[in-house]
This record gives sequence, structure tokens and C-alpha cells, in this order.
Amino acid sequence: MMNIPVLDPKGPIALAEMHVMVITVVLCAIVVIPVFFLLFYFAWRYRAGSPHASALHLPDWDHDNRAAEFSWWLVPTIIIVVLAIIAWQSTHALDPYKPLPGDVPAITVDVVALDWKWLFIYPAEGIASVNKVEFPAGTPVHFYLTADAPMNSFWIPALAGQIMVMPGMTTQLNVMADNPGTYNGMSANISGEGFSGMSFTAESVSQDDFDAWVASAKSGSTPLDRSSYAALSAPSSYLPVAYYGTIDNDLFDSILIKYMATSSSVGGMDMGMHMP
Amino acid sequence: MTFTHFIFGNLSFSALPENAIAWGGALTVIFGAVIVLALITFFNAWTWLWREWLTSLDPKRIGVMYILVSVVMFVRGLFDVGLMRVQQATSVGDAHGILTATHFQEIFSAHGSIMIFFVAMGFMFGIVNLVLPLQIGARDVAFPFLNSASFWLFCAGAALINLSLIVGDFSTAGWLSYPPLSELAYSPTSGVDYWIWSLQIAGIGSLLSGVNFLATIVKMRAKGMSYMKMPMFAWTVFGAMTLVVFAFPVLTVTLALLSLDRTLGMHFFTAAGGGNMMMYVNLIWAWGHPEVYILILPAFGIFSEVVSTFSGKKLAGYASMVYAIWAIVFLSWLVWLHHFFTMGAGADVNAFFGIMTAVIAIPTGVKIFNWLFTMYRGRIRFTSPMLWFMGFVVLFTLGGVAGVVLSEPVADYQLHNSLFLVAHFHTMIVSGVLFGYFAGVTYWFPKVTGFHLNERWGIRAFWLWLVGFILAFGPLYILGFMGATRRLDHYDPSMGWQGLFIVAAVGAFLIMLGFLCQIIQLVVSIRDRKLNPDTTGDPWYGRTLEWSMRSPAPEYNFAVLPEVTERDEFWVMKQAGTAHAAAPIYEDIAVPRNSGAGILIGAFAVVIGFGIIWHIWWLMIVGLIGVAACIIVRTFDEDTERVISASEVARIETMKTI
Amino acid sequence: MTQYKPEEIAADSKSVFGFFTYLMTDLVLFAALFATYAVLHSGVFGGPTSEEIFNAPFALLETVILLASSFSCGLSLLAARRGNSRGVLASLAITFVLGAVFVVLELSEFARLAASGVGPGVSAFLSSYFTLVGTHGLHIIIGLVWMTALGISIYARGLTRGNMRKLALLSLFWHFLDIIWIFIFTIVYLSGIIL
Repeated sequence: MMNIPVLDPKGPIALAEMHVMVITVVLCAIVVIPVFFLLFYFAWRYRAGSPHASALHLPDWDHDNRAAEFSWWLVPTIIIVVLAIIAWQSTHALDPYKPLPGDVPAITVDVVALDWKWLFIYPAEGIASVNKVEFPAGTPVHFYLTADAPMNSFWIPALAGQIMVMPGMTTQLNVMADNPGTYNGMSANISGEGFSGMSFTAESVSQDDFDAWVASAKSGSTPLDRSSYAALSAPSSYLPVAYYGTIDNDLFDSILIKYMATSSSVGGMDMGMHMP
Repeated sequence: MTFTHFIFGNLSFSALPENAIAWGGALTVIFGAVIVLALITFFNAWTWLWREWLTSLDPKRIGVMYILVSVVMFVRGLFDVGLMRVQQATSVGDAHGILTATHFQEIFSAHGSIMIFFVAMGFMFGIVNLVLPLQIGARDVAFPFLNSASFWLFCAGAALINLSLIVGDFSTAGWLSYPPLSELAYSPTSGVDYWIWSLQIAGIGSLLSGVNFLATIVKMRAKGMSYMKMPMFAWTVFGAMTLVVFAFPVLTVTLALLSLDRTLGMHFFTAAGGGNMMMYVNLIWAWGHPEVYILILPAFGIFSEVVSTFSGKKLAGYASMVYAIWAIVFLSWLVWLHHFFTMGAGADVNAFFGIMTAVIAIPTGVKIFNWLFTMYRGRIRFTSPMLWFMGFVVLFTLGGVAGVVLSEPVADYQLHNSLFLVAHFHTMIVSGVLFGYFAGVTYWFPKVTGFHLNERWGIRAFWLWLVGFILAFGPLYILGFMGATRRLDHYDPSMGWQGLFIVAAVGAFLIMLGFLCQIIQLVVSIRDRKLNPDTTGDPWYGRTLEWSMRSPAPEYNFAVLPEVTERDEFWVMKQAGTAHAAAPIYEDIAVPRNSGAGILIGAFAVVIGFGIIWHIWWLMIVGLIGVAACIIVRTFDEDTERVISASEVARIETMKTI
Repeated sequence: MTQYKPEEIAADSKSVFGFFTYLMTDLVLFAALFATYAVLHSGVFGGPTSEEIFNAPFALLETVILLASSFSCGLSLLAARRGNSRGVLASLAITFVLGAVFVVLELSEFARLAASGVGPGVSAFLSSYFTLVGTHGLHIIIGLVWMTALGISIYARGLTRGNMRKLALLSLFWHFLDIIWIFIFTIVYLSGIIL
């Protein structure tokens, strides 16, 4: 049983992204199928020895067929215009920074990419977890991401496309899972020796199960403070899931500040403080 | 600083290889070099080698040397493939394969760097050296000494990247070594520095070659050969070299800035200090995207020559093809951001670059249609170059579809950095660039050597490459959809990926067999050279000027410089019966004297690079002075040509070939 | 004035074209450095900004010196056209001296900054400032080395065809560097101080 998350999406973002892939392939087929046909047809029909092939060393005659040339500039152009419209529309609709439409309020999760694990901080719920992110099905999740590590990329293929995660700045990703399920997540940008051990689990559950999960995490005795964070951020890989029962609300911002100068601003990236 | 540290910099015994496989690499380089040196000595060939090859300024010699170096580097690149495929097929669950994570990361970084810079670029410059002057009716390139220096700088880069196998390590940050992973904080060893300097030095060679070939096309075409009468291969070189001169300075700057961060503690791309890692990504891809068109355009040119010759027809839509080249050249500057849609530039920016990326598919598609319509009503001979072309059309079109998918930003959000992406760019580079260069080498081989490549082994190679490629990369497209990201040295069995990785490994093995067939082809062809000579100089009944003299082409190319009145001048002359006219009046011909300054510059460049990498500053200074001295001494040399007398020309023209 | 053969003129045309193409690659190189400077200009990481460290009168002095050196370089070409090799050497010497003074001034400015703890390793802004201006200075130094070698060649061999060609290329190089400096003066110093 093959697990092909990109083609078997479990959330609206990944579903819409898959639709764009399919439409693109279908549009390209308009060009590709004639190309394949002509290649093999011409190769066969005009092979040396065939009665249709031209005579040996025939003097050149002007074959430049203006109509054919016009059509093979025009048809691809039309296809590209259609693709351009799709690109404009879908890129705006599926902007990772854009909150999902709908009335259900989103859950906020702060994500910190470390060497080589993922720290998930739930500012509203007051808990944190390592290598596991859980949320209610049918509820939008708004991720705010930064890194205390080199450049990474946050990817849960069953739910949405990825977003890069960099130190000294925050990026965002909005996703939702339609139904309960368990999904694989990973870093999609090489970040050092333990990079392959950075996979994590994303799980969507019922609202009751989510509340129970939060409660269970809260009951843990480990706090996420400066010293436990320092221990966590030491290089390690292939970590099992772990939980923190209480969190330091300023931790995420302090990780950001560490890399920033107060007077610097870079490009269009969100360099400022994270708003919970 | 202690005296030892002054002399040896950061070098120490810990720089030697750390495990068995790494020692295997080091010993291969060492013994390979020793064996080559021993063979040359055994055959007493040092003088011959120095005089006929190493100091030659003849682009036909330089071209052969480029290709030989590329073949050697290809062996290393393919070996990397074997190691990677075995690792990814076996490193599942409790097993961790044959390589440590770090070693695996060095290997894929080296694989990409070698294939792009030392195989593809080397092949390309090799073929251009061999063919361009002949095609435009010139005797040489514009600046013969610069040509030699460029080649030896290329070799210097190759030497450094091979030295990294023996002493030190290599970058683990991928073939483009993004910061901050490639900064000192996360990559404290010599690896990234080896990456920087082998690419930097080779890159300067490439830049100078770009200037050289541009000047050759602009200033040295035969009399009467207006631009629209040039062969299509020359046009594609024109486009590619234009891209080189605009793109390579950006690479020079980017590598230099990363080097300044690492060596002098600056903060261009560091995570802290105000640095901006996104600037690196923009700069490196502002070079990187044009680079892939630099590689593919000459391959397109080769296909134009091959398809028209083996269809017995002129190229369809010549003007259209020329416009398509310049559309590609122009557009290649407007797409670079598609390499990092996921970096979060916002919808407007992403959509713009996505649209421009799709637009660049139009001129490429136009070219494919023109090649097909060249076949239309032709008389097609299925020689191995034509087979490479057909394999190219099939695979490149499919890879192009993958590219159009990736050009949609939202699709790329899913597939960026996945194995789908890896499959896409390998499809373009292998079926486009490599198949094209293979076809070109087969096509022009008789002109360079005077005999044919063995066709049977060539056809075997083609089928192994084709089937091997499909098996090696077909699974990777699927793996991308299965959520497999690139560069993983280990994964969980529950992902269900292992079967596909095993198929991919089989495919890679078939490709290596294909390459082996090509080596056998070369050996067999040399052995049988007297049985397959090119006696006429025009073995394929070609259309362009390079077929108008005997094979191998003499040092001066044309005894009498041609005057051109038509496109495909040689074909026209043959139809009119004037192609092999009566013996013309010969004149003295000036050709460049040999020069050892080129190889010296290359050697000193290695010294510079090695010195900087290991912080051996006195060595770096020695290298810099050496390069400067070579250049200055050369500029004082006024006696740079020698004359081939008219009678000697007559003798060469009338003597029997092989 | 000597008469030159067609192939010599063709060789000159080829060399000038090739060198001009190389200068355009150098222009792209500086463009990338300017772009980096523009992006990283605000990356001061809490350290000094451009207004705090740039000295307008000093930069103006450097500009005037370099412009004057371009003028004397032009004089050398005029002397060459008249076949006056002593005039060529004299104006080249003046150009050399002016160029050398420029380099010394620039190095002293760098040293002053570094000594007061404002070196290229302090922030991204300073890295890009030192590198952009320093790359230009490195090109000037290479030009001075070239000038010396060419001066020696003209002294020893006179105004041969080859030397005339090299002089033309050198002056192209020198004027190009002057133009780059105008950009540096404007984008780095003037706007750094005024804006």
C-alpha cells in the first residue's frame, strides 16, 4: 500500500496545490502528445530507405512553413497565458502567510527548528513538545517559525507545501487537516549532520482528544525555560517525542532577538517580534 | 603564532581521511596520478606531451584536453552516484548504510559540484574549442594564450577538488553550500573552503573563456559570413557566452563574499552580525539559473547540427531558432527566484517569477518543433548521434513538463527540494546537456582524430543510458510525490520508499555500464582506427565549413581562409561542384607558438587555493606572485607566433592522412 | 605617424573588443557588490552607521585625485598619438603617483577605522563597505602594477604597435575604475552622509 501524500492530500491547502499540478500536466499534454507522435511518426516515415524519404542530396527547397511556425509559437503561448492566470490566482490564494478562510478560530503554534529536532510551543495552551505537533481536525493551524540552527524547511506533505525556516526571522504557514489522521513531517533543507533525524509527527485529532493531549502534556513536570531550552538546543538527532508542561512566553522572541540587531531590517521578511 | 603554524597553517595529520571509503578515494587519486606519471615516463613521452599538448595553444588540442579531464572527473562523479544510491537503498530503520551522515553529505555535495563545474562545463568548453573556429571559418580563437590559461585554471579547480579527497574534507552543505550552514560556525573544517576555491578558480577560467569565445564570434568570422549565415551551433555558443560574461562575475563575487566571511570573519551571510543569508541565495541563483542555460544552449546547437545533417535537410526555421536563443538568453535573467519560491517572498513576487519561468518554456518548445520539422520530408539516418537526439526529445519533454509543474509556485511549495525536483533537473541535464554533448563528440570525433568512433559500442551505450536513466530517475519522481525530501542519508521503513530506491540503484548501475561502454568504445576505436578512417574529411556529408578540410584538421584549420556567400556554405559548394576545387595558391600562415605560461598559471593557482584553504599565508603569497609573474613575463613576450611556410602548408594539404 | 597593416588593425580591434567585454564583466562584478552593499547597508547590528563613520571631505579629496589621474592618463594617450614616448612616460608617471596617493589615502582610512574598532568583521554593513571600496582599491593597485610594467616596456622598446595597444587598454581600464569610483563616491559616501 503506497503512501503518496502529495497526491493523496489530507487538507485543503495540499488539495488545492495538487489540483494545480494536475491542471498543469493536462495543459502540457496538449503540446507533449503531438511532440511524441511527430517524433516517432517522422522518424519512421522519413527514415532512409522509406519510399517517403527525400532523395539523396536533393537540392534544398524552401520548406519554411510559416503556418506551422506560427502555430507552434501560438499554441504554447496560449497555454502559458492560461498557466500564468493560474499562477497569479493560486499563488495569492495559497500564500502560506494567509490565514485560512472560515469562521473556526485558528490555533497558533510557534515552531523552532533546532539541530536536529523541531520544538513546538503552544503559547495559548502553555505547553510545548518536541518532534510532535497535534491539533484538532477541521481547525486551522497558524504556524510561526524560526530557527536556532541553519536554514531549514518545514514540510508536512499530506497537509501543505513547505516554508523555509531561518534564524533571525520568522516565517509563517497556515494549514488544516480535514479529518483525524497521522502525518509525517520533516525538514526539507539540509541543516547539518543530523538532518535526516529531524522527522516529526503531525497528528490531527478530535477536539476532545486534543484537549486531553494538552492536559496530559501540562501534567508533565518539565518546564521549558532558558536552561531546559539550552539543554534541548545542544546538537542531537533522532529524538523521541518529549513534552514540556510549562513554557516561558518570551522564549520564542528571545531566540529571534539573539540574531537580530534592533536597527536592522531585511527585505520583506517579518523580522519583528512575534505576536502570539 | 608559532613557527609550525606559520609554515603549515591549519594543516595537521587529522586532515587525512577518516574511514575506509574515504581512504579509498584518497588512494585512488594518489595511485591514479602515480600510474599516469609512471606510464608517461615509461613511454618516454614527457617531451612529446609537453610540446604537443600541455603547452599547445591550438584550440583543437586544448579541446581534447578539456574533454579528457571531464571524462576523468565523470568517473569520480559516477562513483559518487554509486555510493549515494547504495546508501539510500540500504540505510533504512536500524541499518545506517555504508556511509556516515557527514560522509554522505560530502559525497552529494561533491557529486553536484563535479558534474556541473568539471564535467558539463569542461565538455562544453572542450567541444566549443574543437568546433567553433572551424565552423566560422577561422584559424583560432581570438586570444589563444588566454584560452590555454583558462584551461589550466579549469584544471587547477579540478586538482583542488581532488586534493580534498587526500587532505581535508569537502563541503557538506550541497553543491551550492548555502549559509549559514556553510559559514564557519556550522562548517568549521576545510571542506567549504575547498568548495569555494576549486569553483572560484575554475569559474575565473570559465569567465575568461566566455570573453574569448565572444570575441571569436564577433571578430573572427570568415569574410562574408554575416551573423545570419553562421551555423546554428555557433549561434548557441554566442548566446551561451553572452550568459557566461554576465553570470560568472556574480559567482565570483558570491564565492568571494562567503570566503571573506569564513576567512576574515566578515558578516555578509552569517546568521548574526547583520548578515543576510537570503542575499546569498539570490546572488548564487542569479548566477545559477543562467548557468544551466549556458550548459544547455550549446547542446541545443549540437542537436541542430546533428538533426539537419542526419536528415539530409537544412535546419527548419533558422530565423525562429535564432530568436528563440536570444529569448532564452534574455528570459534566463528573469526567472532565478523559482529556485526558492519557498523562502517566503510573497505572492506577487512568487507569481511573477513563476510566470516568467513558464514563459521560458515557449522558445524551448519552438526549438523542439523546428527539429521535428527538420526531419519532415528528410532522409533520416539513425546513427548514434541521431539516437541521442531521439532519447533527448522523449526524456527532455517529460522533464520539461515536470519543470512547468514546478514553475507554479504553489506546486513548488510541495515539491521544492523533494526527489521530484532532483529527478527534474537530472532529466534536463542528462537528456539535454549530456546526450547533446555525447552526440556532439560522436559527430565531430572524425574531424578531430581522423577516424570514427565504433558505432556498435556507441549504440549499446545509448540504450544503457536511456533505460538506466528511466530506472534511476523514474522512481525519484514518484518518491517526490511520496514526500521524500532530498539529501536524506537515512529514513524509516514505514515511509515505503526503499523499493523505489532499490530500483533507482539498479538504474544507476545500468548508467555506469553505459559509461563503461563509452570507455570501451574509445579504446576499441583507437585500436581499430586504421579500419575506420575518415578519408574525405566529410564523413557524414555535412553542411558546414568544418567538413571542408581533411581529417584530422591541420593546425591552421584552413589553408586558404574561406569566403562565404550563403548559409550552409559547404553544402552549397558541394551542390555546385566547387567544394574541392583545384589546388589554390598557398601563403605563409602564422600560428601561435607554444607557451608554458598557461600550465604555470594553473599550478600557481592551485598553490593560491591550497594556501588560502589551509591558512598558509606565505604559500598564498607565493602563488599570487607566481601568477602575476607569469602574466607579466608573457606580456613582455613579443615573439608569440611562428610561421608555417607556404610550401609546408602545401605539403600538409597534399599528404596522405591516417 | 606609421602606417599599420590591416591585420594589425584587425588585431587591435579584436583586443579592444575583448578587453571591453572583460570590463563589462568587471562592471557586473561591481554591480553585484553594489547590490550587496545596498541590501546590507542597514545591517549594522547595533554598531556604527554610515553617517557616523564617513568623512565627506576626505572622500572628495580621493575623488579629485582620481579624476586628475584620469586626466593625466588621457594626456599619455595624446602624447602616444604624437609619437612622443617621453611625454607618454611622464604622464604615466604622474598618473602612477596620483593613483598611489589614492591607494595610500584609502589604506590610511581603512587603518584608522580598523584601529578604532570599526573593522569589516563588526557588522554586515561594514563588511560590505570595506569589500566594495577595497575591491576598487585592489583594481587600482593592479592598474598601478600594469602601469609600471608598461612603462618599463615603453622605456625599453619605445612606442611599438603592441605598446600602443596596451596603452589604449590600460587607459580604458583606468577610466573605467574612475567611473566606478564616481558611483562609489555617490552611492556610498554622499548618500551615506546625506541620507
